[in-house]
Amino acid sequence: MSDVKLTIRNISKAFPGVQALNNVSFEVKRGVVHAICGENGAGKSTLMKIINGIYKPDSGEILIDGKPVNINSPIHARKLGIAMIHQELNYMPEMTVEESFFVGNWPKDRYGKVNWKEIRERTLELLRNEGLNYSPTTKLKDLSISDIQMLEILKAVSYNSQIIIMDEPTSAITQKEVDILFGKIRNLKAKGVSIIYISHKLDEVFEIADEITILRDGVIIETRKKENYDMETVIAQMVGRKLENNYPKEEVEIGEKILEVKNFSSSGKFQDVSFYLRKGEIIGFAGLMGAGRTEVMRALFGLDPYDTGEIIIDGKSVKINSVKNSIDNNMIMISEDRRRYGIIPVRDIKENVSLSSLKRFIYNGYLHKREEVETVTEYCNSMNVKAPNLETLVENLSGGNQQKVILAKCMMIDPKILIMDEPTRGIDVGAKYEIYKLMVRFAREGKGLIMVSSELPELIGMCDRIYVMAKGKIVGELQRGEFSQERIMKHATALNIN
Amino acid sequence: MEKGRLNGSIFNTLSKYSIYLVLVVLFLISWMANENFITPQNLKNVANQISVSTILAFGQTILVIAGMLDLSSGSVLALAGVLLVSTYVNTGSLILSFLVSIIVAVICNIISGFMITKFKTPPFIATLAMMTMARGAALLYTKGQNIYQIGDYVVFGQGETLGIPNPIIMLVITLAITAYILRHTVFGRSVYAIGGNEEAANASGIDVNKVKMKAYILNGIFVGIAGVIFMSRVNGGMPNGAQGYEFKALTATVIGGTSFTGGVGNAIGTVAGAFIVGFLDNIMVMVGVHSYLQQVVRGAIIALSVIYDIWAKSRKKGKKVQSA
Repeated sequence: MSDVKLTIRNISKAFPGVQALNNVSFEVKRGVVHAICGENGAGKSTLMKIINGIYKPDSGEILIDGKPVNINSPIHARKLGIAMIHQELNYMPEMTVEESFFVGNWPKDRYGKVNWKEIRERTLELLRNEGLNYSPTTKLKDLSISDIQMLEILKAVSYNSQIIIMDEPTSAITQKEVDILFGKIRNLKAKGVSIIYISHKLDEVFEIADEITILRDGVIIETRKKENYDMETVIAQMVGRKLENNYPKEEVEIGEKILEVKNFSSSGKFQDVSFYLRKGEIIGFAGLMGAGRTEVMRALFGLDPYDTGEIIIDGKSVKINSVKNSIDNNMIMISEDRRRYGIIPVRDIKENVSLSSLKRFIYNGYLHKREEVETVTEYCNSMNVKAPNLETLVENLSGGNQQKVILAKCMMIDPKILIMDEPTRGIDVGAKYEIYKLMVRFAREGKGLIMVSSELPELIGMCDRIYVMAKGKIVGELQRGEFSQERIMKHATALNIN
Repeated sequence: MEKGRLNGSIFNTLSKYSIYLVLVVLFLISWMANENFITPQNLKNVANQISVSTILAFGQTILVIAGMLDLSSGSVLALAGVLLVSTYVNTGSLILSFLVSIIVAVICNIISGFMITKFKTPPFIATLAMMTMARGAALLYTKGQNIYQIGDYVVFGQGETLGIPNPIIMLVITLAITAYILRHTVFGRSVYAIGGNEEAANASGIDVNKVKMKAYILNGIFVGIAGVIFMSRVNGGMPNGAQGYEFKALTATVIGGTSFTGGVGNAIGTVAGAFIVGFLDNIMVMVGVHSYLQQVVRGAIIALSVIYDIWAKSRKKGKKVQSA
């Protein structure tokens, strides 16, 4: 038997208006972690969907163990030993652990009735083998995202999958959980399972992958062993140009305090949080998941109520009870969950961008559409949104462009304070760089920026000051110059050790 | 690649206007099937017949776009209608009785809206409750009896202005109001945004509860207007009248391309949907289709239009702007 498990040969796929994949060929070897790197829109997901049987290629063939296969559907893919773990986990919160294992594949007795006894036994066995101690009757809604992801992987293993596709598996989990995941991946590798690993986080790719294939604009650029790649080459090949600098941070003149938050508390979420933000400043909020960073920002922005505390904007004490209060005070937040809080997917770019500032186009009792279009166009150009036209539905845009649409919407209210919660999550290197550049531009314009991020390098690269949160409290404040990953993590984990 | 783009745009254009295409084809087929179909009197009749449910459908269109609905509109219409008729019989004031109808319908909708915004009751349940309550109230008020001898009030619903039946005039006016509101007001945009993604709308600074309440109040106004027309068309105060009209209205809304998942739809589509149902009913009567079979056909049309809608959408989905 050769050691090639999966062969992709000359696969092409076009959608109306775009050649998503063009003559793509590569091989995935047995027992190897094969990373696919590329920007959003490079064709990674299309390629994975073809391997998983969701799309049919226009031409080309797929071979498993050297035999050509015609993959019709994800179920068919599963029968062929291919499992996919999706980036956005689609799970049914009301379902129990054991149900989730066998959904779509219920063992039945000879009368066609679901065999619950067998389900229970097999679930217990699977959990025991993996050393996991969930109860089979726990509902998924009571588990964390990383637990659910573990279960997904377990499920893939239980089908005896020989090829497991993981699409951004670490986008929603903490570093500790990433380590567990990587341990799991190494185990699978040892058992001869091939992993196709898709991630924007190149440091993780370099940690876990054996081989790296670069995809750009639907074309394979190159496949190399990891040892023969370095980070810069990968980025250069992904974006087709060399990024001069990972973080385009600039020295900006820092003005007076624009926002001050004093003794901000919300029972069960965060206590006694005080911080300030100055004009032209980018401040960061670091911390582990569950440290309360997002909760503080949501309350500050008026999405959630808070118990006590004072918010001072431009020297004036203000009450923020709703998002409208925030917007009226020129404060805006870009949420970590783009799909949930950011975009109206079924509406077009124009309506999304002007949503928060429609009032300015209303006078004489009429919505002045031409003026709206002109202004939206201006903002979209300035954010560099790439789309055929303003009538393009936002659901049809790539993640990076959706994020730029949200930015355009936020900029249109002319904010003085910009809260960005994980602004670069799930978007590719090129788009990330553009977002950083925009952040610098905003700072130069004298806006104050708050960046919440779980990616320490990005905080260190972009911020002037970093607040570290743990268990709902601010436990440290670092100035630029004293930033280091170790120092931040020491603060972030200090409370956990006790 | 260029060809692909062209095909895509032809398909998009077709799918955008398919509802009107269906209307035209149905019109032509009806014309061929029975020559009486095309007479001005018959067309007037169709428009007259669909007027009440179409005015209700405008309210539904706004609600459904916002991700809600109103199951109570038929019952509330009956309640508002009997109070209107009774006011007219007692006072003889047309204006006053119109106001009563509209105010009663608005109050009922405010109650539904309150249940939905304040207590987070699902719209289906809240308006189901209102449907039952309003019908009960209408029967209670009239002691289950129809109010007859309502005098010259019928003139409004059965009368004409400049040769155009009043119900059709009201239909056109309410259409214009709905279309204007949906397209040219912040409220309209907010309705689409809330239906498309409520949490994002909230995070964009839209007062979601206020918009929802406004949508129900607007719906109430339409129901009140529909009540005025309905009761004068039937020439009496009928506490049992307009049963099932909420579903007629929803049918027109759905066939007209308003998506039940929210965020998509418009008023003109709803009129087209209403006329499709109206023409279909009319021609089926003319060519002698059994009335039970008519129901089967009507149901099938709903199913087909929704299936088409979903199919067209999934086809579009494949056409992501990947290069961007």
